[in-house]
Amino acid sequence: MDLQTLSLIAVGLTFVVYIAIAIWSRAGSTEEFYVAGGGIHPVANGMATAADWMSAASFISMAGIIAFLGYTGGAYLMGWTGGYVLMALLLAPYLRKFGKFTVPEFIGDRFYSTTARAVAVICLLMISLTYVIGQMRGVGIAFSNILNLPIELGLVVGMVIVAVYAVLGGMKGITYTQIAQYVIMIFAYSVPAIFISLHLTDTALPQFGLGGTLADRPDTHLLSALDQTLQDLGFGAYTDRPGMGMYNMFLLTLSLMIGTAGLPHVIVRFFTVPKISDARKSAGYALIFIALLYTVAPAIAAMAIYNFSNTIQTGPVGDPEANLPYDQKPAWMDRWENTGLLIFEDKNGDGRIQYYNDKNPDMVAKADEWGWKGNELVKFDNDIMVLANPEIAALPNWVAALVAAGGIAAALSTAAGLLLAISSSVSHDLLKGIFMPKISPKAELTAARISMLVAIAIAGYLGLNPPGFAAQVVALAFGLAASSLFPVLMMGIFSKRINKEGAISGMLVGLISTMVYIFLYKGWFFIPGTETLPDDPSGWLLGINPSGFGVIGALLNFLTAYVVSGMTKPTPVEIQKLVENVRVPRAQV
Amino acid sequence: MSAQKKDVGEYWSRNIGIIVPCLVIWALVSLGAGILFAPMLNGIHLGGYPLGFWFAQQGAIYVFILLIFYYAWRMNGLDREFDVNEE
Repeated sequence: MDLQTLSLIAVGLTFVVYIAIAIWSRAGSTEEFYVAGGGIHPVANGMATAADWMSAASFISMAGIIAFLGYTGGAYLMGWTGGYVLMALLLAPYLRKFGKFTVPEFIGDRFYSTTARAVAVICLLMISLTYVIGQMRGVGIAFSNILNLPIELGLVVGMVIVAVYAVLGGMKGITYTQIAQYVIMIFAYSVPAIFISLHLTDTALPQFGLGGTLADRPDTHLLSALDQTLQDLGFGAYTDRPGMGMYNMFLLTLSLMIGTAGLPHVIVRFFTVPKISDARKSAGYALIFIALLYTVAPAIAAMAIYNFSNTIQTGPVGDPEANLPYDQKPAWMDRWENTGLLIFEDKNGDGRIQYYNDKNPDMVAKADEWGWKGNELVKFDNDIMVLANPEIAALPNWVAALVAAGGIAAALSTAAGLLLAISSSVSHDLLKGIFMPKISPKAELTAARISMLVAIAIAGYLGLNPPGFAAQVVALAFGLAASSLFPVLMMGIFSKRINKEGAISGMLVGLISTMVYIFLYKGWFFIPGTETLPDDPSGWLLGINPSGFGVIGALLNFLTAYVVSGMTKPTPVEIQKLVENVRVPRAQV
Repeated sequence: MSAQKKDVGEYWSRNIGIIVPCLVIWALVSLGAGILFAPMLNGIHLGGYPLGFWFAQQGAIYVFILLIFYYAWRMNGLDREFDVNEE
């Protein structure tokens, strides 16, 4: 059977599974809708959290990003996993003890202020909406590039599927679907990786293959061979490529860690387990399930760039015969050229492909002697590394079909989690918490379902008409989560001194400073041409890359909250009691 | 009441006493070994992995997992010691 038919069958089967789960796990109460009744086993919650967390970006794009960054790509690996330590030690158990439904609800109660709750809702909506746009785009890419269907059709189908299980089942339906989605994702990610690792290094586990020796040269380690290959082509060595520089790698890693811990759709997953001790462990289970993919990704990255470089450069650099003739390139390159994600340009007209670093003066001098006229790999989209993996490893078509289903599962599972965070903050925080406190539980459940539908429609619209800044939104979402929500959540638990004035001003300072800093370099509201300063080290304030500003925003948030709280009235006694109550699993006060 | 209050304070400071060393290790393996000390550590090899590179792309993640389970285990013990564990 051809790839397209197989992919359609694979994706179709997964959709049948999701719908079946939706019908079986309908939510009957607001508690079931918001937090799955608080009865999810910690291992199951860990698996659902992993699917919720690992987005289209993790599944489809991350390995490609690391392949081109080399060592410094570790910023994403450490940043997107290290946040779970912060969440498990500093937030999850206490928020679970608090025992309510949403993140803004905790902020509103702890800081005894509906204003604080409303500001938290604004932060949550900005974080989750920017993030959901990227997921919708991921669904579209998976549909158009693998299934060869129009993006619009893919988006509409994806939206209908999410609508069925998220509107019917709320958190309960989403949780059980996410468990199924995790299994599909991890299988689809690991199978091609294991085959490539076996082929290249004779080692089945990619985590060991990356540190292993080459199958055809048992005396040479894969990583040192890769270092040599890339250096010969004028790039830096893979294992110590300076990439973004140590300073910005540090800031980016820390920002992603804090941002991860502050993402409301992930935090709320820890409201679904029965006990506080479960919340502590569940973060660990989540990280195990995430690590199964995150420790394979760097292996895929290194192996893919090694395969790719050595496919194009078939012998010693500079030997005219050692560059792959354009018309002899492998079939998968032809296929991806058709999608426009891979572009070669024969700049020197010799019919062969030269891939090298044409920004390196030493390399350019040599290339001039050889008659090379610039790097002929004009575009290599990050997404190809994972999507083309089965073809690169010459695996049967059903593996490629599985990767398609996995990419869609990754995007849908994250989108569903985000949509739930959005709809519950609208129905529970805005409607019940602020505007209609007397609303009945039944009416609130209906309102939650309606706001879920509206959120899906908005996300779908934004997916169809992407605002042109889809690539930058991830930096923005993590920056905002790090600078606005994480600090006040942490201070709300760890300090009794922080009062409502401190929390509100802290959140606003963190939110606004981070937005302004990103807009300065990426354009105001991401409108092209409105950048105030050049987005390179010459323009960055104190050399800080906008993607790594989240940690600075968080520091400003902490500082502001402390100073303002010190100058205003202390927190009331009953709030100090609330904090003490949250700190202890079985309260004595 | 006051005895209970003291218990709560004691429980909390013991909790902080577990959190802080965990976070120190958390920072040491990632921001430390994975970034700041990586150039030095890369002289040492773990199989084919330069050590700093290994921490940045593999090792830190494994330590994170161990830290979370270690914290959960210590806190469950602390909950029982102070008789504040859930039924």
